[in-house]
Amino acid sequence: MKTYDFAIVGGGLVGSAIAYGLAKAGHRVSLLDEGDVAYRASRGNFGLVWVQGKGLEIPCYSHWSMSSASLWPSLTDELLELTGVATQHQAPGGVHLCYSRKEMELRQADLASLVKATGGQFDFTMLDHQQLREMIPEIGESVTGASWSRWDGHANPLYLLRALHAGFLRCGGTFLPGSRVHRVHQSGGSFVIERDEERVHAARVVLAAGLGNRRLATQVGLHAPLIPNRGEILVTERMRPLLNLPTTYLRQTGEGSILMGDSHEDVGFDEGTETPVLSSIAQRAVRALPALANTRVVRTWGALRVMTPDGYPLYQASLTHPGAFVACCHSGVTLAAAHAKRLAPWIAGDTLPSEIAPFTAERFDVQTVTPA
Amino acid sequence: MFKRLPLPDTSAQKSVMVYFDGQQVTARDGDTIAAALLAAGVEACRTTPVSGAPRGPYCMMGVCFECLVEVDGVPNVQGCQILVKDGMQIRSQHGARRLG
Repeated sequence: MKTYDFAIVGGGLVGSAIAYGLAKAGHRVSLLDEGDVAYRASRGNFGLVWVQGKGLEIPCYSHWSMSSASLWPSLTDELLELTGVATQHQAPGGVHLCYSRKEMELRQADLASLVKATGGQFDFTMLDHQQLREMIPEIGESVTGASWSRWDGHANPLYLLRALHAGFLRCGGTFLPGSRVHRVHQSGGSFVIERDEERVHAARVVLAAGLGNRRLATQVGLHAPLIPNRGEILVTERMRPLLNLPTTYLRQTGEGSILMGDSHEDVGFDEGTETPVLSSIAQRAVRALPALANTRVVRTWGALRVMTPDGYPLYQASLTHPGAFVACCHSGVTLAAAHAKRLAPWIAGDTLPSEIAPFTAERFDVQTVTPA
Repeated sequence: MFKRLPLPDTSAQKSVMVYFDGQQVTARDGDTIAAALLAAGVEACRTTPVSGAPRGPYCMMGVCFECLVEVDGVPNVQGCQILVKDGMQIRSQHGARRLG
């Protein structure tokens, strides 16, 4: 009977980044993937490597995102060298567009508080319309200005996923696709992962199954109260370079397509698209870049974000089932480098990165207020 | 590479004159741009945005986007989805379109 050092449940961006990090460090790792019947958040995302504005309530999240953004260049370089797959990562900074003076003031105040909360590590600049126009000549007249941060960038999430899978295999990992995990339990000193027609044995198990973690976490004494949140995306025909840095809801890919997105919909597990939502995404995009009015949209899709109740990630080791871990977040692209280079070593026994200490499930428990 | 089959209905044989990269091309009324180009022996009507490789009409039913051409100044038109019209100016689509 083969026993792996680690079994990773979930072959999306979170699971693949952890699996790659562990395999690269020399561990024997299996990566279990359900197949295309799964919700596939990692095939539907937008591709931002984004820092600005994140962590307003929990500054640790800003530090964690900045750590990942800093590690991204080395991740993309080593994946290219190892696999020949380029993630198209670029970090020209990113902008959040504002449409009124009031919006500019609120944005400035929010980001200034984030600078303070991160001890000055995060930084940003407010740009007026003219300064923004120097960066994006096609910017619409109705855009008042923007916040710009050097921390932001973007990448092609599909190439990232492919590169992580290829890198994992190059490092000797075992990819086991095409079967759903039904049950995870402990037997002797190791874990047994029951799939359709086989059992996988591993000393440690990492649940990175996206929304599937809801069902699996309780089997190893963990809690993952995740909620699906739908985002719809439109993609245009390929065009000459027009937008040379990403915005919160518009980016141009390496091939020249423009992605428009960022709807947030509470529609349960419905992965479809709705014309009114697509229409409002397109209208917002045209307001930002009026030239887009003449472009053709070639595809649209919906995908489900993996959201915790407060939107921050969940990383936790089981106390009742030592060796079991849960990892989930909705920023699998931004955090890929931190997952491969900092989360994986923790799972392998190193000390917990201090930034992620607050991200356990206890914060979702009902708090008892002691009367004064 | 392609030749036209004889049509039973001779009224459909009316010819239409279009231009491809400035050269006169005789098409038939009812042809799509892609069909007219193939019938005229044009194999490549565009180059790809990423590698610049030459491409020509392939699926003829609107899904592969290989037959992109510029039609009367409008870039990235699917040649297989538009019928020819007299005097139409069709141009090769070189790489990604410009905007505006």
